[in-house]
Amino acid sequence: MTVQVLVKPNTYIDSVSLMSLSTKANQIEIVEQAIIAMGTEMNKEVIRNVGLMTPEVESAKTSDLVIIVKAASEELCERAFESINVLLTKKKDSSKGKSEVKYSTITSAVNGTPDANLAIIAVNGSYAPREARKALENNLHVMLFSDNVSIEDEIELKTLAQEKGLLMMGPDCGTAIIGNVALCFANAVRKGNIGIVGASGTGSQEVTVRIHEFGGGITQLIGTGGRDLSEEVGGIMMLAGIKALEEDDATKVIVLVSKPPAPSVEEKVLAQIKQCKKPVVVWFVGGNEEKVTQAGGHFAKMSKEAALKAVLLAGADESKLNKRALNLPLIEEVRAKLKPEQKYIRGLFSGGTLCDEAMHIAMEKFDNVYSNIQRDPEYRLKDVRVSQDHTFIDFGDDQFTQGKPHPMIDPSTRIERFIQEAKDPSVGVIVMDFVLGFGAHEDPVGAMLPAIIEAKQAAEDEGRHLEIIGYILGTELDSQNIEGQINKLLASGATHASSSQNAGLLAREFVVKGE
Amino acid sequence: MSKINELFTNKLNVINVGIENFRDDLLKQNANVTHLEWMPPGRGNPELIAALDKLEDPSVTDKIEAANKEAVERIINSQPVLIGFDQAINVVPGMTKNTILHAGPPITWERMNGPMKGAVTGAIVFEGLAPNIEEAAELAASGEITFSPCHEHNCVGSMAGVTSASMFMHIVENKTYGNIAYTNLSEQMSKILRMGANDESVIQRLIWMRDVLGPILRDAMKLNPNGIDLRLMLSQALHMGDECHNRNVAGTTLLIQALTPYIIQTDFTVEQKKEVFEFVSSSDYFSGPTWMALCKCALDAAHGIENSTIVTTMARNGVEFGIRVSGIAGNVWFTGPAQQVIGPMFAGYKPEDSGLDIGDSAITETYGIGGFAMATAPAIVSLVGGTVDDAISYTTKMAEITTTENPNVTIPMLDFIGIPTGIDIQKVIQTGIMPIINTAIAHKDAGIGMIGAGIVNPPIEAFEQALLALSENIK
Repeated sequence: MTVQVLVKPNTYIDSVSLMSLSTKANQIEIVEQAIIAMGTEMNKEVIRNVGLMTPEVESAKTSDLVIIVKAASEELCERAFESINVLLTKKKDSSKGKSEVKYSTITSAVNGTPDANLAIIAVNGSYAPREARKALENNLHVMLFSDNVSIEDEIELKTLAQEKGLLMMGPDCGTAIIGNVALCFANAVRKGNIGIVGASGTGSQEVTVRIHEFGGGITQLIGTGGRDLSEEVGGIMMLAGIKALEEDDATKVIVLVSKPPAPSVEEKVLAQIKQCKKPVVVWFVGGNEEKVTQAGGHFAKMSKEAALKAVLLAGADESKLNKRALNLPLIEEVRAKLKPEQKYIRGLFSGGTLCDEAMHIAMEKFDNVYSNIQRDPEYRLKDVRVSQDHTFIDFGDDQFTQGKPHPMIDPSTRIERFIQEAKDPSVGVIVMDFVLGFGAHEDPVGAMLPAIIEAKQAAEDEGRHLEIIGYILGTELDSQNIEGQINKLLASGATHASSSQNAGLLAREFVVKGE
Repeated sequence: MSKINELFTNKLNVINVGIENFRDDLLKQNANVTHLEWMPPGRGNPELIAALDKLEDPSVTDKIEAANKEAVERIINSQPVLIGFDQAINVVPGMTKNTILHAGPPITWERMNGPMKGAVTGAIVFEGLAPNIEEAAELAASGEITFSPCHEHNCVGSMAGVTSASMFMHIVENKTYGNIAYTNLSEQMSKILRMGANDESVIQRLIWMRDVLGPILRDAMKLNPNGIDLRLMLSQALHMGDECHNRNVAGTTLLIQALTPYIIQTDFTVEQKKEVFEFVSSSDYFSGPTWMALCKCALDAAHGIENSTIVTTMARNGVEFGIRVSGIAGNVWFTGPAQQVIGPMFAGYKPEDSGLDIGDSAITETYGIGGFAMATAPAIVSLVGGTVDDAISYTTKMAEITTTENPNVTIPMLDFIGIPTGIDIQKVIQTGIMPIINTAIAHKDAGIGMIGAGIVNPPIEAFEQALLALSENIK
């Protein structure tokens, strides 16, 4: 038998706690006998009586904590001390979770919830990088919803994330699905075997919803933020996302969603696709087919096409899919109703990529397509309040969201603009998106409905047909009740498009003249 | 497996910062979410954020952490022992016949508020430097009296903190680090000098304290060779339901219990000894100053550690609230305006009657008791809003701005976690959470005394200045 003593100077524990600690210490299997006590005269007397007194104990003071262990060997004594130390410190855990503890900083929240693995940060852009850095330093993956974060900060944060092997989604990242949980703005979709890395929020939402409709499902949707594929950022997160999905056993097919990357970044992404063991579908709005195909990727020009390719690669039976082809008789019917001067499309969008997709579809046939998000300055609206020829407006862009919530939450700006556009006799078609899902307005169609009904009536009174196309981005699992939204839209006399892609195609085809 | 792939397979456990709706959506999907009570750091002031960033640079963080670790270890390991009582003139460094010590950061006679002027003039009369309060006021204004903060003389003083040459002081020695702290004796009751009252009854009591109570305590402690280990006693008092700033029922009982065997052996008459015991039992505040001296003794041992961002002093003079920080040695005060104390008041008094926050007693919160230990004192939760849950949340909240828990002073209701210890300037500015102080309220005018008690926070300006100074000072 070995007896070992540990004296912790100046450490006070009250006597009742010590009794219970001693009891627990004596229950440790390897312990023959253990005493945990303050070095008072009375306790020393007890220690003497049981024959465990040592000079060390003798010299301990009233304010010293004395731990004595008797065990079979020195090594077992050491192990017993370790177990006793756990007993001494363990009490902290049990106090947590009883009442809800409120934390003010990421660091203290992480200390209080050691299982935390992701931070969603949605604070003013001037504070956001600091919070994101704290989260990464605490080994949390980050979804940075905030915008107005400088590109320097973005690079610094993503580099730090890269060093630590963490996800750094954003800044300005509003959509992700991780472990089947939708984050910020995302739709409720089936779990499946398709993984997505998306640099565009509504574009990624659209692809997930179409995959869901085709009977497929999602493993992960990793958002990167819109600037990830810029020259400066260099696609850090898209590359990390592809790699993670490649290593993810549940993922069979990978889909990439973005606007066209900077050329040097495109090279990097394509190089990684080339090496990737899994099929990769690439939908870069307005992208180049040849390069993607050369890299062994599967090119998709539009959103539905991307979803379709993905589900087929993931094993769906093409003959059983309802691909929802364009309604050609409807196109003829609407063309016949529109007067010759009703030449133009006005696209009023809450989703940036939905706007971009419809715009690119229009650009295939028209060269006078204007927008607040046109990359070519020549076709950028001089005044975002005034439409020109074919005009597509993304109401989620900064010019419209300064000091206001996103149009997916607050539809007021778009309603005003809709009323304005509906009065324009040169307009044939107004196309709009209605985004459902987590984070979105609870009744987006309902909010626009009175304006649609009134506008159609006014046009009719003036003797012209106003064609309104609505596309509802959502699934039957979303809380807004997509069926009810579609019914409301149809009841107003608007046309319902079954996908973002079809909305763009219908709008374009309705106003094509003389074909 | 990479960390990203681990994220795919583990249950999502999110820390949500900012928009609250995101939390609700996550909860609907059965994810675990912790929503932060987040505020812009440094109230959004870019200069403060830059200072925080500077202190959080990896090249300095380690130094600060090491310095703070040392500071809190010194606070925790301090063993303040009551070793005696004596008159200020005999023991307090720098004390003279014409010196009057006061609470809080330095202040001139002209700027003192009502209660402090009341206490100063009362003390001048008590010392025999002037025959009455009016002439005492003239003397105070004449420049012949030296005013100095208690804190700059190893002392702390309750409320006005007014301490003059012949007053008896606790002498508390830090057995671990050797430094000594002093504080006045409690006058008990509400119409008292430290609350600004100064009539004949107040002066008479001070004379009795000088001639009977003080000498008995002095002689009693001379018979006690080991002194009284105050930290052990403090721990017991907390377990008995005191937070040792506003509730001192248990602590007073423990203290007098420890003193009694020696008091009865002194050479004073039975009648005089009886007066002492009656005085102690006249109010529970007898041990209040004792804990303040303990806290001062421990915190002084942690002052002046280069690069430490730990607060070592919080004190108020009724006009300004001042703090000192370990990393800036000596008597450098960072100040902001004293605040109004909010809480229950004696019948007949209204909030507009109250003087602004005053006293060195916030040294208890600086150490981690008082408002910081409210969770252990359910009997006085009325001070902090009425419910035990409120009291608990005050304590758990303070853990957000402190460095560690003091394992030697624990709170039974929170499963014996230690009191939150080591207020960190960085954390205060980062979170916007201010230290909670529970304290007495003195009438704003001289001569009246205590009218209530409640809760107060320091002004954030003091912490902001300290942060800026630290960021410049960091080595």
